[in-house]
Amino acid sequence: MRHTLDMRVSPYAYVAPFFLLFCAFGLFPLVYTAWVSLHEWTLLSDTQEFVGLGNYSTLLADEYFWNATFNTLSIGVLSTVPQLALAIWLAHLLNRRLRFQTLFRISLLLPNVTSVVAVVVIFSQLFGRDFGLINWMLSWFGVGHIDWAAGTATSHVALSVMIMWRWTGYNALIFLAAMQAVPRELYEAATLDGASNLTQLRRITIPMIRPTIIFVVIVSTIGAMQIIAEPMLFGQSSGGGGGIATGGPDRQFQTLALFVYEQGFANSTFDFGYASAASWLMFVAVVVVAGINFLITRRVKGGLV
Amino acid sequence: MAPRIRRLGLPLLTASVLALATACGGGGGGAGGSTTESSAKPGEKIKLTVDLFGDFGFKPLYEEYKKTHPNIEIVENVTQFNDHHSNLVKRLATNAGAGDVAAVEVGYISTFTAQPNKFVDLKQYGLDKRQADYLDWKWQQGLSKDGTQVLGLGTDVGGLAMCYRKDLFKKAGLPDKRDEVSALWPTWEQYIETGKKFAAANVAGAKFVDSPGEIFRAMVNQAPVGLYDAQDNIIVASNPDVKKAWDLSNQLTADGLTAKLAAFSPPWNTGFAKGSFATIICPAWMTGFIQEQAKDSAGKWDIASVPGGSGNSGGSHLMVPKQSKHPKEAAELIDFLTSKENQAKVFKEEGTFPSIPALYDDPSIQNFTKPFFGDAPIGKIYSDAAKALKPQHLGPKEADVRTAIGNGLGRVEQGKQTPDEAWAQVLEDVKKIK
Repeated sequence: MRHTLDMRVSPYAYVAPFFLLFCAFGLFPLVYTAWVSLHEWTLLSDTQEFVGLGNYSTLLADEYFWNATFNTLSIGVLSTVPQLALAIWLAHLLNRRLRFQTLFRISLLLPNVTSVVAVVVIFSQLFGRDFGLINWMLSWFGVGHIDWAAGTATSHVALSVMIMWRWTGYNALIFLAAMQAVPRELYEAATLDGASNLTQLRRITIPMIRPTIIFVVIVSTIGAMQIIAEPMLFGQSSGGGGGIATGGPDRQFQTLALFVYEQGFANSTFDFGYASAASWLMFVAVVVVAGINFLITRRVKGGLV
Repeated sequence: MAPRIRRLGLPLLTASVLALATACGGGGGGAGGSTTESSAKPGEKIKLTVDLFGDFGFKPLYEEYKKTHPNIEIVENVTQFNDHHSNLVKRLATNAGAGDVAAVEVGYISTFTAQPNKFVDLKQYGLDKRQADYLDWKWQQGLSKDGTQVLGLGTDVGGLAMCYRKDLFKKAGLPDKRDEVSALWPTWEQYIETGKKFAAANVAGAKFVDSPGEIFRAMVNQAPVGLYDAQDNIIVASNPDVKKAWDLSNQLTADGLTAKLAAFSPPWNTGFAKGSFATIICPAWMTGFIQEQAKDSAGKWDIASVPGGSGNSGGSHLMVPKQSKHPKEAAELIDFLTSKENQAKVFKEEGTFPSIPALYDDPSIQNFTKPFFGDAPIGKIYSDAAKALKPQHLGPKEADVRTAIGNGLGRVEQGKQTPDEAWAQVLEDVKKIK
């Protein structure tokens, strides 16, 4: 009797800590944010007036919100697409017998363990307008000084490079792990049939690791939609000016998360209601974009035909 | 493999849950001071936390204070300018985490004096006796809105001057002696004319000014009325002095005189070292900053008078948040840090200029020179600037209004908008500030 009770109850007891913590730090803030978003709610005021969907309608008419949405999608595409292509290619290269295999694999992960602050500060210097290394190298090819932080496209490229620097290796390792589960015989047979390296990648590897690709695409999409530290620090360390959370004076690289931060914490109004509404719309956007990407990646042919 | 992980897993999980629980439990307690007693017993060790947004030059004073107050321990937390002030707002609102002493820059002072119930009335500890020491307007800024409570005691004032690079001026064929340089620009228009001459001389790698942002701030501060009227209405759209400052700032950009380096950013710091700009607006506290940033250029900088008359830019107050566990001791520390003698000491070390007029004619200040600035008589320069200062009313959202205008200047500087387009957007942004 005691034994069966133990068998029945203990699994729930084991998973309970996660769900309790999730409820406290995941679910509750989510629901509470929705509640706050329906109010005229600032940190400093003592009363909170219920305004229904008022914050949402203001938000949908706020061109800075749409600007941030555009920037987020643009930086998301610019960073995620090349990042995943590069990650698959790197993983493919490492998925064979190499000397110093472990060394290569560990070094892939190194950019990911560096602090984001250090990465952005260093890359801001590399992308510096007057004394940056990248402009210096471009000058060899006759390209004039680019003010990376000033332009919309150029600042998005600079930020995407920082994001790629941190996450490509990490994703490559996940792909590598999946690739190692692909049976060797398939490659041996393909080699005997005269299939080239690239054909093997395209016709064997990618279809075989499809579930992993879907997983990585979704996780990267979610990550890209939530970018905040990079643009915020880039704004402060690039010398282009602008408020601490406006992403440049023209909001040229203000992402959604940064917009939320600006409304809720960087303004001296501390407009929690408005920031909460923006968070919720951002949440919806993340779900929609992740869903679209899921549908697209699912169309990658699975298994071997 | 698997069983080993499982065996390891549970204790790890328990440990982290425990750690989390203790972290949560601890969070509420240690705000402000280390002790939870509300009043200190004699001989008890007291820890006072001082929250600042830069180096105020207080460190030697703490040491001195500890000699006479052996039971006081002082911890200084320095945070970046913007973060410091927004943290303070959050900490006041949530009633946890603020220091025993908090510095507030003048751009934010009205934000905080508008919340008198969040701060200790220093009158309770007899600090209203200090009123006689202070510049009247500086004293008034530290009072609650109705004028009945003393919430903050002033540290420094930022009387304006213009710092310039002698060597770059010489290269450009301009006069380089400070009196001659001052004579070049009684007005801002003449300052811009001088800038054009400087630009025409094509000094390699150097522009005339770092960026228009701080110049704009100085020009607005020189006006009798700034971004707010006396009733706390934002008057950016209707105040001709603000528009004039805006136009002149954009003129600097249009004439290609700016190095496009936003103040306090890392490339701006590099700009000091590389000599990327020949002039920079110099409130007294800036001299300490230049000395810190441009160590190698000792003797190359000098100080001239500012175009357009006197004004104040920057300066701070020290306040005691009500959540402090040791308000009495904190008030005593503020009294000490802002005393006449100590303001004089800090000025000589850091360059932040006293807000106590009795010092302005004191020979030790009047005759004080700084070798870094070519033995410029900075004591006399800033005394004169401070004496001529006319106070300006500052409103509760100064910082947000400035950010909106600063972004506008930045858009023009980065070539994204014409000055008129940028101005229209600034007015829209300002309208949204609640």
